[in-house]
Amino acid sequence: METALTIRGLDVRYGPVQATRGVDLTAAVGGVTALLGANGAGKTSTVMAIAGALRISGGSVSIFGQDMTGAAPDAIVRAGVAISPEGRRVFSALSVEDNLTLAGSVVADTATALDRKNAMMQRFPILGERRKQLAGLLSGGEQQMLAVARALMSGPRLLLMDEPSLGLAPQMVDAIFAIIEELRDEGISILLVEQNATLALDVADHAVILANGAVAAAGAPDDLKNDKLLQAAYLAA
Amino acid sequence: MDLIIQQSINAISLGGVYAMLALGLAIVFSIVGLINFAHGDIMTFGGYGIFLSLAFGMSPVAALAIGIGAAVVMALTLERTAFRAMRGADVVTLLITSFAVSEILKVLFQNTISARPVPISFPAAWSGTYEIGGATIGVVPTVSIIVAFVSLLGLTLILRRTATGMAMRAAAEDLEMLKLLGVRANRVVAMAFALSGLLAGIAAVIWTAQRGSVDPMMGFFPVLKAFIATVLGGLGSLGGAVLGGFVIGVLEVLTQAFLPDGLSPYRDAIVLALVIAALLWRPDGLLPAQNANRS
Repeated sequence: METALTIRGLDVRYGPVQATRGVDLTAAVGGVTALLGANGAGKTSTVMAIAGALRISGGSVSIFGQDMTGAAPDAIVRAGVAISPEGRRVFSALSVEDNLTLAGSVVADTATALDRKNAMMQRFPILGERRKQLAGLLSGGEQQMLAVARALMSGPRLLLMDEPSLGLAPQMVDAIFAIIEELRDEGISILLVEQNATLALDVADHAVILANGAVAAAGAPDDLKNDKLLQAAYLAA
Repeated sequence: MDLIIQQSINAISLGGVYAMLALGLAIVFSIVGLINFAHGDIMTFGGYGIFLSLAFGMSPVAALAIGIGAAVVMALTLERTAFRAMRGADVVTLLITSFAVSEILKVLFQNTISARPVPISFPAAWSGTYEIGGATIGVVPTVSIIVAFVSLLGLTLILRRTATGMAMRAAAEDLEMLKLLGVRANRVVAMAFALSGLLAGIAAVIWTAQRGSVDPMMGFFPVLKAFIATVLGGLGSLGGAVLGGFVIGVLEVLTQAFLPDGLSPYRDAIVLALVIAALLWRPDGLLPAQNANRS
């Protein structure tokens, strides 16, 4: 069976500090895989290594059956991966529209890029309304919408979402999770990193829990939800 | 009145050169965090490009084009050979690398061409003058003002309107995020160096047309002034660099023209004292960069 993402024995280091130790993880095609754990457990390191932003010091990453270990970020984007990173990281000095245009510049066909940009502004009407505004002036929730829309501009098959609900008002969190379900229904595979474990486990069909850089548990969300020990130790819900 | 017009032309013309050099420094700094002290040598190399083209009997206009091209090629070469390997190193490491590159280039200029100034002679018509309202104004300063404004305007349009410019502004804010979108960072960085080389080449053209000679230190002092201009304007801020360049240029010409003779040895000291005063008033510069997250 082909998976959207298969990671085997992933090691990521920052100098002498080991951020992940032998992480194994698979994300099914068309599913939502939740990656959970406390602060500093290695979630973001794992995601950034998949995206090609961090050097992988051990293990392998394959994306839709293709070995992408150590590949450059642009090759990983071409393999069908896009990221909505932790902290959103929209280009605050660029307009909303320019953020999308820039992300679309990696699409070979300019007509496709333009169509996608217009589709994004319809899908997220608030971005359409604020297209000329600087991205830095958007609210946190709007910036998160923009970060997701920007990621979708490259037409990804696997979307990495790192803490999309962090710091957002409850209404906005609901909106973001509704989008996650929509994208899944459209067939995009999603790797979702979340601190809000309860919400993540509700939407996910598979979950992996990291602790101190290693996999502490993996399985169906319902099993993990009911595992009181894990809840107390890692989810702190 | 005549004197005021003449000195204003001189001030804007000198300010334009500083503004172009400062903008070149700022574009590169804003993206890769490099304070490029070899920028002056890129300008000098452009000057030697003009000198050699003329020596080989090319027409003056072709020589100027080759000089500008030489500066662009040198900027791209330095990026590829020296600075790309140091990408992501801290600001001090990058600064020292650029000092080393600068010293190597100066020695190369001295040993392969000459340690002494070599003359560049343009057609006599270029050094002519014309009169406006009784003031005698040089053709070269006038043309250099036009060239500087066209260059600065052109660069603004590139940064604001083109996809490359958009990528460069995004890179200045978050280079890693730009890479994560799949944009090839090396191209964006190379483009930044090419534009900074282009501006240094145009500055070299103006500078040599006014001075009539090239020597290994030609670019050093104007780039030192341009560096002060980028700090005055706000390190990493492009608009600030341009503003700072004009302010320094105007201050230099004003102090030269209107300071009593007894004080003229203190000209640079007075200009720098004014810069320091401005920085005490606005520590982040006159037009601070929006993301002042580099130290």
